[in-house]
Amino acid sequence: MSLVLDSGEITRALKRISHEIVEHNHGTDSVVLMGIPTRGSFLAARIASILASIESPIEHGYLDITMHRDDLRLRPPRPLAETVMPASGIEGKHVVLFDDVLFSGRTIRAALDALGELGRPQSVQLAVLVDRGHRELPIRADYVGKNIPTSIKETVKVSLSEIDGKDCVEITGGER
Amino acid sequence: MKHLLSINDITAAEAISILDTAAQLQNLTSGTVKKLPTLRGRTVVNLFFEDSTRTRLSFDAAAKRLSADVTNFAAKGSSVSKGESLKDTAQTLQAMGADAIVIRHGASGAAKRLAESGWVSASIINAGDGTHEHPTQALLDAFTIRKHFGPTRSDFVGLKVAIVGDIVHSRVARSNVLLLKKLGADVTVIAPPTLIPYGIESWGVAHSFNLDEDLESFDVVMMLRVQLERMNEAYFPNGREYSRGYGLDEVRLGRLKAHAIVMHPGPMNRGLEISAASADSVRSVVLEQVSNGVLVRMAVLYQLLAGPDQAATGVLA
Amino acid sequence: MSELLLKNVTLADNSQVDIHIKGDRIFAIGSDLSTTGEVLDCSGLMALPGFVDLHTHVREPGKENAETVLTGSRSAVRGGFTAVSAMPNTNPVADTAGVVEQVLRLGKSAGLCDVFPIGAVSAGLNGEHLAEIGAMADSAAKVRIFSDDGKCVSDPLLMRRALEYVKIFDGVIAQHAQEPRLTINAQMNEGVVASELGLTGWPSIAEESIIARDILLAETVKSRLHICHVSTKGSVELIRWAKSRGISVTAEVTPHHLILTDELVRGYDPIYKVNPPLRTNDDVVALRAGLADGTIDIVATDHAPHPAEDKDCEWASAAFGMVGLETAFGVVVTTMIRTGLMDWKRLVEVMSINPARIGGYGDQGQPLEVGAMAHITVVDPKKEWTVDKQALISRSSNTPFHGSTLTGDVIHTIYRGALVLKDQRVMGGENVSNG
Repeated sequence: MSLVLDSGEITRALKRISHEIVEHNHGTDSVVLMGIPTRGSFLAARIASILASIESPIEHGYLDITMHRDDLRLRPPRPLAETVMPASGIEGKHVVLFDDVLFSGRTIRAALDALGELGRPQSVQLAVLVDRGHRELPIRADYVGKNIPTSIKETVKVSLSEIDGKDCVEITGGER
Repeated sequence: MKHLLSINDITAAEAISILDTAAQLQNLTSGTVKKLPTLRGRTVVNLFFEDSTRTRLSFDAAAKRLSADVTNFAAKGSSVSKGESLKDTAQTLQAMGADAIVIRHGASGAAKRLAESGWVSASIINAGDGTHEHPTQALLDAFTIRKHFGPTRSDFVGLKVAIVGDIVHSRVARSNVLLLKKLGADVTVIAPPTLIPYGIESWGVAHSFNLDEDLESFDVVMMLRVQLERMNEAYFPNGREYSRGYGLDEVRLGRLKAHAIVMHPGPMNRGLEISAASADSVRSVVLEQVSNGVLVRMAVLYQLLAGPDQAATGVLA
Repeated sequence: MSELLLKNVTLADNSQVDIHIKGDRIFAIGSDLSTTGEVLDCSGLMALPGFVDLHTHVREPGKENAETVLTGSRSAVRGGFTAVSAMPNTNPVADTAGVVEQVLRLGKSAGLCDVFPIGAVSAGLNGEHLAEIGAMADSAAKVRIFSDDGKCVSDPLLMRRALEYVKIFDGVIAQHAQEPRLTINAQMNEGVVASELGLTGWPSIAEESIIARDILLAETVKSRLHICHVSTKGSVELIRWAKSRGISVTAEVTPHHLILTDELVRGYDPIYKVNPPLRTNDDVVALRAGLADGTIDIVATDHAPHPAEDKDCEWASAAFGMVGLETAFGVVVTTMIRTGLMDWKRLVEVMSINPARIGGYGDQGQPLEVGAMAHITVVDPKKEWTVDKQALISRSSNTPFHGSTLTGDVIHTIYRGALVLKDQRVMGGENVSNG
């Protein structure tokens, strides 16, 4: 097991991403954040609070994508997580999706489908804490905390204090 | 979970997980989403040997909202009425590729028989078997109770529930007693002695022949449909006398706790077991029960069908 | 004249002898006997008087896809029976001399055991008018037992008349005690299991109320009453009371009611659907005690074969009944001998002597003595075996004991001096299809 991001590095990465979101969207008007449960939700909430301090308050919500997954038949049914829409909805908004790790891209595809059911945003952007490569779909992130080249056998483990009691990103398995 | 045949087949935790899933689905579907892709490519057959438009429509809507292909097979007017057996019918449906069979049948145990006989490998959902059980009704009733008495509670400890009416012939009562007890509720069944099942003492519920006793103590009053045919089998003298003793009229409604809710699985005999005013009062949650039925059935279909195909044997997860 | 020698066979009194059979009679009993004919080494085996079943459904005429007189006879000798009694609920019903003579003739032509027809009490089993009881009694079948089995003679007047009428020839009415109004659409024993399963209950009182009434009728008209398949504790008490009053009543219990309970119904498998229904453990205990103490006179199989499709369905649609001829002895040994409730002498009474006496079956149920008709069942009293429904000789396989282990099995059956079952192989009628 090796540590690739510690608590301070995660905080700095999220701050950087916050600034990039402001810069990219020329402010935060019409921007809403949607976290993908479980850890993406906490990242979205953290970014929302950073943006509130550096720019202006911003709405965020959570998007459970379980019912849209393409691998349902491969695993036992999972409990559903909460879907919470931002107060003013997503119609015509710039939606920034949050997930902890970008890997095959299948989760994001499911999220795009799920989002499409809820409304028609002006644009959809993607923010991830870690991009570990090995994409199976033509998907890329707009905001990345850290690119971490991995072997397919390795596991990237993101811990967040809200649920795991600490902040860190570790890699396990493989030959590292 | 492979089948849902009886409330006995699921644990309290599994029941709560189904209710949680239904709650999240309510979240998901309350906005613009009417349809989820989850069960695309799966086939659900509604196999109804008894007329029950409500239950069939509820399962139909639930399956369709999850994008399953739905086939309705009403046994009336089909080859079944010409003497085709349950076995032949089920095997035909299986050959047509049914992943789940939702069965309503007049014979107690028909769903279990279908699940355990080795005739078919599909998941079986009991949508009411004779006078035995109707597990999805109990789940939707529990979902409704939970909405009113704490949407996130994981048990019903401290809740007092009365189930009133034809207990002996009621699959709704049997499933509700099992589930409410599993969740820790305090259950009383109320009926004339002729409609109280033999050996009720072994059910772990209180029973009473008097609806007026303790009416103020209940949080939930669940009225059961009474079939007038029972009169001919000497269960009670006539509708008037039944209604006087066991009907929920305005006077009795007025005696309920301020927060108490009135439930009924439908269809109601207004004026018999429930007065029109009681049925339409603010305490009545009958229509909520109907809409919750679709959510709970979606949750059950998700639990049974979303995962990998399971072996044909074994009832439990 | 054919000869047969049973070497070193144990009798019910535990003595060890040789039995020499010549023709259809027992020629000699002693030690170190010899013969020019066949010798069977019977070391470790017991010789008992041939079993007699007073309650058998052979289904012929009318339901030959379930059983025929021939397949039923083969099943009977596999179970050690040298006589069976064919219940009249066939199609046509055995309510005339013609039908009972047909069944008798089929039995003789099968030639493996005696097949005694039982006549219907009421015409067509309709419970309205007496069947031609006198004509059946006078026929070649010489019917002495009359029963509407499957249905109860519920009309008290008809029951009284039937009891009176059979006094002409010292007949007996075998009552299927089931109050019809108390058992409308009944599916299983009324009890906590039925309540939970949502199956309509079949109360004990439905059986007991008829037995109580019929006991009083039998006392009043001083006739002979036989109670079929007693299934409840209350019934045993009523019969015990009747016997203490000197009323002429006899009773039977089936092997399945000695061992199975309504708990088995929980899986809704219709293999356990039977009339009268499986009862509770309390009832089982009372039935065993009643059989041991003489309240219940006999074991009768109520062998009720059904084709697979009549059981391969939901509970409510399934037929009532279980096959029983081939497992009866094993069940009785397992429940009554191994438990110490009964000795071998009592077993011979309940499976051979008493049923033959009730039915008036002449040379059946006789002690194994020189000069007696050679109806002999040779059993292995200690053999443990597992019931396999596929291996049953009966045309039907609806046994509730599939996979169960029983103690005691039949090895040879001798009927009228002929070896009809040898080393558990039926010696005759092999060329019939086993359905």
